[in-house]
Amino acid sequence: MLERLAASFSTENYWELFQLVQNSVLTAAVLGLMGGIIGVFINLRRAGLVVHGIAEISFAGAALFLLMGLDVVLGSTLGAVAAAALIGVLSIRDREVSAVTAVLMPFGMGLGILFLYLYQGRTANKFGLLTGQIVGVDDMQTRTLISVAVLISVILILIWRPLMFSSVDPQLAAARGVHVNLLTIAFMVLLGGAVAMSVQVVGALLVLALLVVPSAAALKVARRPVVVVLLSCGFALFSAVAGIMIAIMGTVPISPYITTISFLIYVVCLLVGRRQRARFAAVTADSMN
Amino acid sequence: MTDPALQLEAAAVGFGARSLWSEVDISLQRGEFLAVLGPNGAGKSTFLKVLLGLQRLTAGTVEVMGRPVRRGSSQVGYIPQHHQLELETPLRARDLVALGLEGHKYGLPWVSRRARRRIDELIEQVGAQDYAQRPVGVLSGGEQQRLRAAQALAGDPGLLLCDEPLHSLDLNHQRAITELIRQQAVDRGAAVVFVTHEINPVIEHVDRVLYFARGAHRVGTVQEVMRSEVLTELYQSPVEVIEHRGRLVVMGEHSEGTHHA
Repeated sequence: MLERLAASFSTENYWELFQLVQNSVLTAAVLGLMGGIIGVFINLRRAGLVVHGIAEISFAGAALFLLMGLDVVLGSTLGAVAAAALIGVLSIRDREVSAVTAVLMPFGMGLGILFLYLYQGRTANKFGLLTGQIVGVDDMQTRTLISVAVLISVILILIWRPLMFSSVDPQLAAARGVHVNLLTIAFMVLLGGAVAMSVQVVGALLVLALLVVPSAAALKVARRPVVVVLLSCGFALFSAVAGIMIAIMGTVPISPYITTISFLIYVVCLLVGRRQRARFAAVTADSMN
Repeated sequence: MTDPALQLEAAAVGFGARSLWSEVDISLQRGEFLAVLGPNGAGKSTFLKVLLGLQRLTAGTVEVMGRPVRRGSSQVGYIPQHHQLELETPLRARDLVALGLEGHKYGLPWVSRRARRRIDELIEQVGAQDYAQRPVGVLSGGEQQRLRAAQALAGDPGLLLCDEPLHSLDLNHQRAITELIRQQAVDRGAAVVFVTHEINPVIEHVDRVLYFARGAHRVGTVQEVMRSEVLTELYQSPVEVIEHRGRLVVMGEHSEGTHHA
């Protein structure tokens, strides 16, 4: 197997090849930045699994639109935003959303598989929805993906303080006049959009690699808000861009590279974070003696 | 004479046909410390919600500093019940205090020089300088509660509401937080409404008590309210209040017996 993998690599005409995919690299970079920002809130609100649920509904939406011959990005966006908003409303009512997510997840997946089965077109398109297809995005889609990702990032920065306040201490935030419930819905809609965009890069199954893993890694090593966001964005951007740049040398799809790189970053951060904490504990113990 | 910090007249709250409490009249001057006591479900938290503007009265009026209650008013500071913040919360102690000051504002999350100065002041007021730069998640319950006090004091409130702020803190921290609240609020001329299960940790600071039980209530000084015959009448079942070295023990046949007061 390793030989097959090694044989599939070639660095010949690398830069010519790179120019063909530079749209994809740019898109992946912008999506990485967005993922880095929204990921901080996903981790803070413990919504990691919810993201996975939304991704699968998003997959169903995309598969349906593919089957009907409509725009796949639009289909996955509609599916993701609808699922996210529904979960948001339910979470406001009783805060226990994991069961709802668990119910929606297989349903979405099943529908998606049905739509793909009925679809008669290229099988590459089919597989792409689940595991990523960014190398194939056209100019039009590139523009859509980048604009939506930038829009989501800008909105997140503008609502940063109230959203952070209501994520950390909803009770106090409500008392201070923050519209906590409205922000929850707004956040979920943004999350739906972010998931739908990321599905185009890494596919429905691997969205967590772009939206959750980078910020989870950043949170292991940093606590200062600005540093957490910068690191998280940096990690996401690096995994996405490096993943594509390695992938074009061979025939293996890009997703395994992206997920592996982001996983390795997480492991390194986990170890660094442990050392930091151990050193910190030693310092505190010293000062108490 | 200035307006009272808090004034309720014939105030009542009910849900549907059920009345939670009614005919509450109370006027709290700046610098006064009111303890709100009573068993769970008697309406203590609802009382706080009314003062925060999160719950409407079904009858009567409520005014803070001479104005009708408004949600999110900077005249009202609020220290919620202690809950441990997540270890990985991406905030330092001073960032948490900053949320108390500007967390409700939309727009670029830029902290102005003036805000930074104010945050330094608040941190100093609550004695949190030593850990101002530390991540909030690693701080102890007492340290986190000090930061919540700093958040509550951010708007320089005329009325400070505390919802069982000592809950799950050890005795030392209980004393420190209580002292802090008294110092920062009462000495600066703010009134304090302190909801608690236990009157003893705050008993030396309490000017008046508002005691809710079974849809009724009593207002008065500790000596006036915390008496066997008064609480017996309020609970409509025998209750005995025993004083021991300045501490009060309330015993009754009802299930919550010795928990409160």
